[in-house]
Amino acid sequence: MKVYIPRDSAARSVGADEVAERIAAAAAAAGRGAEVVRTGTRGMLWLEPLVEVETPAGRMGYGPVQLEDVDGLVAAGMLDGAEHELSLGLVDQLDWMRSQRRVTFARVGVIDPLSAEDYTAHGGLAGLRRALDMAPADVVTEVTDSGLRGRGGAGFPTGIKWKTVLGAQAEQKFICCNADEGDSGTFADRMLIEGDPFTLIEGMTIAAHAVGATEGYVYLRSEYPDAVATLRSAIDIAYTHGWLGERVLGSDLRFDLHVRVGAGAYICGEETSMLESLEGKRGTVRPKPPIPALEGLFGQPTVVNNVLSLGSVPAIMADGAAAFAELGVGRSRGTQVFQLGGNIARGGIVETEFGVTLGELVQIFGGGTASGRPVRAVQVGGPLGAYLPVERFDLPMDYEAFAASGAMVGHGGIVVFDDTVDMAGMARFAMEFCAEESCGRCTPCRVGAVRGVETIDRIRAGEDREKNLVLLEDLCELMTDGSLCAMGGLTPMPVRSAVKHFGEDFGK
Amino acid sequence: MQSGLTDVFAAERVRAIAAAHQAERGALLPILHDIQAEFGYVDPAVEPVLADALNLSTAEVHGVISFYRDFRREPAGRVTVRLCRAEACQAMGANELVEHAEASLGVPVGETTRDGAVTLDEVFCLGNCALGPAVQVGERLHGRVTPARFDALLGEAR
Repeated sequence: MKVYIPRDSAARSVGADEVAERIAAAAAAAGRGAEVVRTGTRGMLWLEPLVEVETPAGRMGYGPVQLEDVDGLVAAGMLDGAEHELSLGLVDQLDWMRSQRRVTFARVGVIDPLSAEDYTAHGGLAGLRRALDMAPADVVTEVTDSGLRGRGGAGFPTGIKWKTVLGAQAEQKFICCNADEGDSGTFADRMLIEGDPFTLIEGMTIAAHAVGATEGYVYLRSEYPDAVATLRSAIDIAYTHGWLGERVLGSDLRFDLHVRVGAGAYICGEETSMLESLEGKRGTVRPKPPIPALEGLFGQPTVVNNVLSLGSVPAIMADGAAAFAELGVGRSRGTQVFQLGGNIARGGIVETEFGVTLGELVQIFGGGTASGRPVRAVQVGGPLGAYLPVERFDLPMDYEAFAASGAMVGHGGIVVFDDTVDMAGMARFAMEFCAEESCGRCTPCRVGAVRGVETIDRIRAGEDREKNLVLLEDLCELMTDGSLCAMGGLTPMPVRSAVKHFGEDFGK
Repeated sequence: MQSGLTDVFAAERVRAIAAAHQAERGALLPILHDIQAEFGYVDPAVEPVLADALNLSTAEVHGVISFYRDFRREPAGRVTVRLCRAEACQAMGANELVEHAEASLGVPVGETTRDGAVTLDEVFCLGNCALGPAVQVGERLHGRVTPARFDALLGEAR
């Protein structure tokens, strides 16, 4: 009999390790041989630690399980799937799970992330095997046809990027995975790496075959030590199974994969800054052109993709472009892994088709605030994304619809605030964060952010409010138009949206 | 390395760490992480040693070390506690938790308690945004950290 308990760091952060140990001990004491399997998380974070017990009907869930609940649960027959006040029923049948469309996250929370057997038994490697039977250009076409756009935030079509790298002539090409998930409110990259790392490895290997690369790097932030450890173990296992290295799966493909750990610089999530950091330099932004697809890592043609973009490729290759492309709305095809965080009753991962509305995510999946107070604002797309009021909850999650509203879908992170939030304070924080994290390369970002903090301080103090609001808008326009990258270029988005939708907090 | 890198052993170790990464491209960050893991911080005295070993200028090495928040220039306390101050944790009271931590430990963010036990630091996102406020004690992540839980965690760690 198997008991599944997450090893994801979010689950561990609220006691999953202690609960797992206690269950193993209690089962042994009761004379039961329980095999405790540590999985990724299902993404229902308010239920963590979530314990699942294998029964003939499926996996029965119990949660949130505290250490002091364990003995009572085992005595009540949890190991046989018995009812208890912490029973949730069959996990696959929960509304939260059934209302989702899990593609990229299909295996997360289900399998042991470091079991090669689990991975292949749940469909792993099917995409890579199919890709290796195809010509590189056909793989690129398949990814293009799927409509997959970069999940890191910018939404650039992945297939087009790959086509540029495939067409470039060079001795050496690279695949770089941007796993510098520094945006507050985003944690899907971390969960995929901790919960199903082979998917990322497989996606990168498919990319290598598609563009003719032989070496890859995952740039993973140092704030995620568990993800670093899991990914390193997964890469070692992949080598021993012939999934990496010389002659991948018996083909002519050679692909070597390395993990590089960041060092606490938010800006290194910007692709050119990440490349500088991978080269062992200060993480300053490079002007574009040249684009990384032509002159990237060490000046060579380089694919730079986000974790979720690369992690979606195995499913696209396994099931075909059409299956992915038929999901979604407009030019936003497939699924997106939305992340609900901040002051939210039911926070976690919602993978669903594009087109779901902001309100459905926050109110129906999320259940409103954790504090029980009314929702006042949500920030979508990380620290550089817009603050939106409840009146905009009808917005569909779609790159173009958000852009038309002065907002962005970004990496799919949604942070909820209740009615105690001071939006002028949040606008100030956006400028302060930019001032702290700016690489310093361009003046609008380096100096503009500092002036932004000062101007907002004057507005908050009631000093020449009208004039300073005009000045702030002027500064935002300059930063948007004049900055070298998205750091300075998008910092005005949370600031302007806060002024626009929550003007009363600025004394308007 | 408490005495600084003047000591021959430490300089030899730094050269050995650099040599261990010789086959890797652009390996300065992994080398610096290893140095910090071994000595607890990156002493300014490593700069000329690394510059020599990697055929870089001292200014280049210094520039890299000073760019990244992770690389400490002096030893930390026995335990480093990092409080997340990013938006999602702010929505759950992170700023109030920071005030509590500063009062409880008697040091501002960025400093170490006088007994050398705890370094109090801040971080912008630990990827635990649905279970905030989040705190990292050493490498261990904690979620839903109330002021009372913070004091309990610190009690265990000290």
